[in-house]
Amino acid sequence: MRDASPAKTYALHIGVIALLFALNFVLPDYHQGLFARIMALAVFAMGYNLLFGYVGLLSLGHAMFFSAGLYGAGLTVHHLGWGVPQAFVAGVVCGALLALVIGLLALRTSGVAFMIVTMMFAQVFYLLILYFAAWTGGDQGLVIQQASRVISIGGISLDLTDPTVRYMSALALFAVVLLIALALVRSRFGRVLVAIRENEERTKMLGYDTVANKLIAVVASGAICAASGAAYALLFGYVGSNFASIQYSILPLLWVLLGGAATTLGPLIGTLFMYYVTDITSGFTSAYLLIVGVALILLVLFAPKGIMGSIRERWLGWLP
Amino acid sequence: MADKNGFFDLSKTTLSRRTALKGIAAGAGLALAPGFVRYSQAQSSAPIRIGFQSHRTGIGAAYGRWYEKTSAAAVKAINDAGGIGGRKVELVIEDDGTDPARGAEVVNKFAKQHKTDIVFGTLFSHVVIGSAPAAGENKIPYFVVSEGHHVASTKLNRYVFQPGITDVKSQIQSMAPWIAANAGKKVTQIFPDFAFGYDHRDYLPPALKAQGADVIAQIAIPPTESSFTKYFPQIPAETDVIYHVMVGPAVLTFVKELGEFYGSQRPQLFGFMDSLEAVDINSPGLEFLDGSHFWEGSPRYAQPDDSAAQKAYRAAVGIDDNGAAVGDPKDISTASHMFGCWETLYVVKKAMEDAGYKGPEDRAKLVEATEALKEFAEGPEHPQGPKTFNGKIHQCFGIQNISKVEGGKLKVVHKTKIEDGLYEPEGDYTKQAL
Repeated sequence: MRDASPAKTYALHIGVIALLFALNFVLPDYHQGLFARIMALAVFAMGYNLLFGYVGLLSLGHAMFFSAGLYGAGLTVHHLGWGVPQAFVAGVVCGALLALVIGLLALRTSGVAFMIVTMMFAQVFYLLILYFAAWTGGDQGLVIQQASRVISIGGISLDLTDPTVRYMSALALFAVVLLIALALVRSRFGRVLVAIRENEERTKMLGYDTVANKLIAVVASGAICAASGAAYALLFGYVGSNFASIQYSILPLLWVLLGGAATTLGPLIGTLFMYYVTDITSGFTSAYLLIVGVALILLVLFAPKGIMGSIRERWLGWLP
Repeated sequence: MADKNGFFDLSKTTLSRRTALKGIAAGAGLALAPGFVRYSQAQSSAPIRIGFQSHRTGIGAAYGRWYEKTSAAAVKAINDAGGIGGRKVELVIEDDGTDPARGAEVVNKFAKQHKTDIVFGTLFSHVVIGSAPAAGENKIPYFVVSEGHHVASTKLNRYVFQPGITDVKSQIQSMAPWIAANAGKKVTQIFPDFAFGYDHRDYLPPALKAQGADVIAQIAIPPTESSFTKYFPQIPAETDVIYHVMVGPAVLTFVKELGEFYGSQRPQLFGFMDSLEAVDINSPGLEFLDGSHFWEGSPRYAQPDDSAAQKAYRAAVGIDDNGAAVGDPKDISTASHMFGCWETLYVVKKAMEDAGYKGPEDRAKLVEATEALKEFAEGPEHPQGPKTFNGKIHQCFGIQNISKVEGGKLKVVHKTKIEDGLYEPEGDYTKQAL
């Protein structure tokens, strides 16, 4: 990666955020709602990308971190009557704590073993959701009622079911996480993560505590994914076990591969691309997943580094 | 078919809410003008558009295909008879992949892009529950054909209705008197260890207790299980009836292994047809079910005493006397549930006509008109049987069938009464704001 002036890099990212802000005012209603969902899930992909793209750890269990946030927020609203901000924080804390515990155990492995261990923990988490159905709603899930999805601060009420409030809330979360991710990967810590990905033994020899750095990355990744899950529960009002299934561990991997691993904007582009390919093709055929699959194969063949990865490789080497 | 509105089809935007960028709104408004003219004409003559949330892919695909066939047949019958309030009906279909997240997107798509009048047709409970918030937020009536208790539990919202099929709580309650009187007093339940099974776990014991019978054991089978023999020793020896509600691809293995476990000396068996919807009752391995009994919503096999309405319904949908597609005996229908699509569409017709429904601005009136409905008489519009409707809980109540497997067919041996399935309402949707 060629180095670029921070101003240029930050200008690009703030430009993307500004573009998303402007889109709120011009997108047709349906697409405004879809973009809100995409931005919330792009945060999930960004959390995944931190670990997969920058550290090189391929997890097949990130659905548990997303779900920890989803249920951490959803259950505190549903059972304890917590407000939206408190529930959101609860969701993020649940995800971070879970990531800490999983990280301590799973980081004893690497490579294929790390994939399998994370997948097994995610399966345990999924089955626990089903087992404690009396609280979690099991496979049917729970609805977060509209009245519970209102933020009241100093006499001002923000109804998260309002399309514009929802869009702006998703954008705010996306923007904060994007800028944090950007700062993180440009920091010394970010460079250590890339060094671990490229050659862990050499990084150790240089005196870095690679296990501690990887653990911090797992916790940060888990917390970001949990933030996405918590936001999803509060913005869209549904908490369900399918979000903890293997499908939701594979989806962020696909989004990141599509958009470009180890690129800050790749997760957004990948999520956007997948959502729209699915949305548009499902209107023509019930075999839309086949079309998604063909699109993925073509991408692997002609742009193996994903959309943003290929752009960086061919034209804009300074992209973070 | 699905509307193919393009991404930038600005004729579909509602720019009035975009007050922050009035310049853009004004510019786009010029382009919109012809669209508004077209819309005002549409209210009197254009078709009523019903968004059909279909399980075309995913675990509900077998149901989804038959739900589509039944709904298409009902729409044809309604249109042939003059439509709804003189307007033709058009189904707009979107696949939800039997996934709750996609389901919510599909409801949004119907409300905001296709601009359908209502959304209809969902079966799987998790999709209904996942989609309900979107229906409430869009204030678009959402008529489901799910049989889950979630609508009647009043935990969803005022825009969700289930007027065409009874809920599982009512079905279980209706079965209890017959089981206690005919099958036996000591019942062991075997059910999948997830929400569908929990409805049976929770509602059957009190219903049997009221009839002087008891559930003496409850055996929950984990959803990941593929072999069942190790669970069968948990069945108490004094069991009179095994009440089983296993679902999914493993059900054939379940029945086969149960048969191997008991041989010819088995307790009575009572099951729910949910286990074998779209599955041939004569499939290898299911011989053990001969002589056992099943709940059926609407009979799969034609019965000697079928009403003229039932015969006409079966002909319209295209199922033969064995409940398979006409011309394809291997294509077994989901007869126990799909009638709900037919009946729900006729309820929509009745409610829209009562409300004087003109367009989306009358959705609140449609909700109130649906809530005001009380009963549906048996006939061409309700071929499964008569029903009552409780507007407070948005749920209908009807008769149930108990069928015996005899000679490779299901023969109805008992029909319950509507009263058998009634229960105290758990809430009141009409108190919620529209």
